[in-house]
Amino acid sequence: MAPIIKTENLRHLYSEGTPFEHVAIDDINFSAEKGEIIGIIGHTGSGKSTFIQHLNGLLKPSSGRVLFNGEDIFSSKTFTHEVRFKVGLVFQYPEYQLFEETVYKDIAFGPKNMKLSEEQIDISVRGAAEFVGVDEELLNKSPFDLSGGQKRRVAIAGVMAMQPDVLILDEPTAGLDPSGRDSIITNILRYHDATGCTIILVTHSMEEIARSVDRLVVFNKGHIMMDGAPSEVFEHDEELRSVGLSVPEVSLVAKRLRQLGLPIDRSVYTVEQAKKALLAVRGGAAGAP
Amino acid sequence: MLRDVTLGQYFPGDTIVHRLDPRTKLTLTLIYIVALFLAVDYFSYAVMIVVLAACIIISKIKLRVILRGVKPLLIVIIITGLLNLFYTKGEPILSFWIIKITVEGIKRAVFMILRIVMLIMGSFLLTYTTSPVALTDGLESLLSPLKKLRFPVHELAMMMSIALRFIPTLIEETDKIMSAQKARGANFETGNLFQRAKALLPLLIPLFISAFRRADELAVAMESRCYNGGEGRTKMKSLHMAPRDWIALFLGALLLAGMIVMNVYKI
Ligand SMILES: Nc1ncnc2c1ncn2[C@@H]1O[C@H](COP(=O)(O)OP(=O)(O)OP(=O)(O)O)[C@@H](O)[C@H]1O
Ligand SMILES: [Mg+2]
Repeated sequence: MAPIIKTENLRHLYSEGTPFEHVAIDDINFSAEKGEIIGIIGHTGSGKSTFIQHLNGLLKPSSGRVLFNGEDIFSSKTFTHEVRFKVGLVFQYPEYQLFEETVYKDIAFGPKNMKLSEEQIDISVRGAAEFVGVDEELLNKSPFDLSGGQKRRVAIAGVMAMQPDVLILDEPTAGLDPSGRDSIITNILRYHDATGCTIILVTHSMEEIARSVDRLVVFNKGHIMMDGAPSEVFEHDEELRSVGLSVPEVSLVAKRLRQLGLPIDRSVYTVEQAKKALLAVRGGAAGAP
Repeated sequence: MLRDVTLGQYFPGDTIVHRLDPRTKLTLTLIYIVALFLAVDYFSYAVMIVVLAACIIISKIKLRVILRGVKPLLIVIIITGLLNLFYTKGEPILSFWIIKITVEGIKRAVFMILRIVMLIMGSFLLTYTTSPVALTDGLESLLSPLKKLRFPVHELAMMMSIALRFIPTLIEETDKIMSAQKARGANFETGNLFQRAKALLPLLIPLFISAFRRADELAVAMESRCYNGGEGRTKMKSLHMAPRDWIALFLGALLLAGMIVMNVYKI
């Protein structure tokens, strides 16, 4: 199957032609399959946000191409506009984009721009609000009267309501407390299971995405440094540490146990998996004479 | 995009032009502007062009960058030029229908355009080579005699430096909100005037809210560091006139005197 999103030798310069010119991303070859959940991780300033803004045509590459379903997204203005709805992008700290009088209207902004009918808008707004756990009674409140976490959810719902084929979230959990973080990630996964859309999740925190993604892409200084299943990526813990990233504690423990000779698989990096693996080891040992 | 607005942008550098005291540069810019208006003839204009060119070369700012500042005013410049071209009395060298072009008209149009362009370039050279903070510090220091007349010089300078400080932040913010709304299909580029004005709401409302929030936060931050106006306030980087400043001012005075003489004797 052809990838739903693909980039070819993507390169972006900021402030091109001024003394402040610098390369934010360079030589990015990336592809995402339909239905995949991909984590993008990288140190601050590594070009993650710059990269994802290319995927829905908000930034134009200085060179290279972005393909959506095999077609260059800049091939025509109408197609670029269409892609905006197909590739939903939730920005870092999206709560600052809220502007309508009511939460309902704010979530409806995207669908309205898609020129959907009133009923369709109503269905998608209520559906999206439910996915992110925004209660019915909040819908008629002003978005400015909500708490930070609630605003965040409303902003995410505003993008989900467009029912995109690809949902990209830039650090959706930044600045939230642990339970808020967990519940947002859970909501996103639930949305994925219900719609089967592709999810691209940008984050700083390995622990957070380790358990939720199929694939991890590591950015470093504007380049893709690693790309693979979490278990593959976590094996390079030394390299990751050298660029300021950590690997989940559990995968370190598993690695150490492996070095001590215990038969623990390399794909163990969450507490759940570790528990299972350790019980299996003990079960095996008990079973032996 | 928006970020590329260069109005008042500072290009850091380490040339003698950059290192001059901001008071010197402000004074010299004033002298330059006055001298520009005193220039009346070929020779005096030639002198001014040489002076400007020398300053630009020494500052190592690319000519292309400085000319970019002229671009937004191109229409004004062209209209001024045309008005001078058509409405100057004198010996017509070309005339058809109601339009008469005279030698004097051509000369005046060329001088006028030169004057405006050089005025803009000179002022931009000042803002390109002086950081906004230095600029307001210089202005505050130059205007400080007005304090005697109870004119709030310090407050004005503080307001100016805060405004200058927040212009890039606001531009960045505008960029960000614009992108976020575009990601939800907002369209800022097409439609008639009314539609476009309406399309700006999703941009302006969050922008205003965040500007007020920032103002609030800044006020609290300043008060919690005991800011209470200019009284008795000292500066981390106090301004010092170096020998090069006095030399530059002397050259400036020389230029001004020369231009006055040339103006009087119509050279
Ligand atoms: N609008 C801009 N203009 C100029 N430079 C920019 C702009 N946005 C980002 N940069 C620069 O591009 C580089 C990559 O920035 P980017 O925002 O993509 O990083 P990031 O990986 O998202 O970082 P973070 O994790 O902090 O969000 C940085 O060096 C940054 O300073
Ligand atoms: Mg970012």
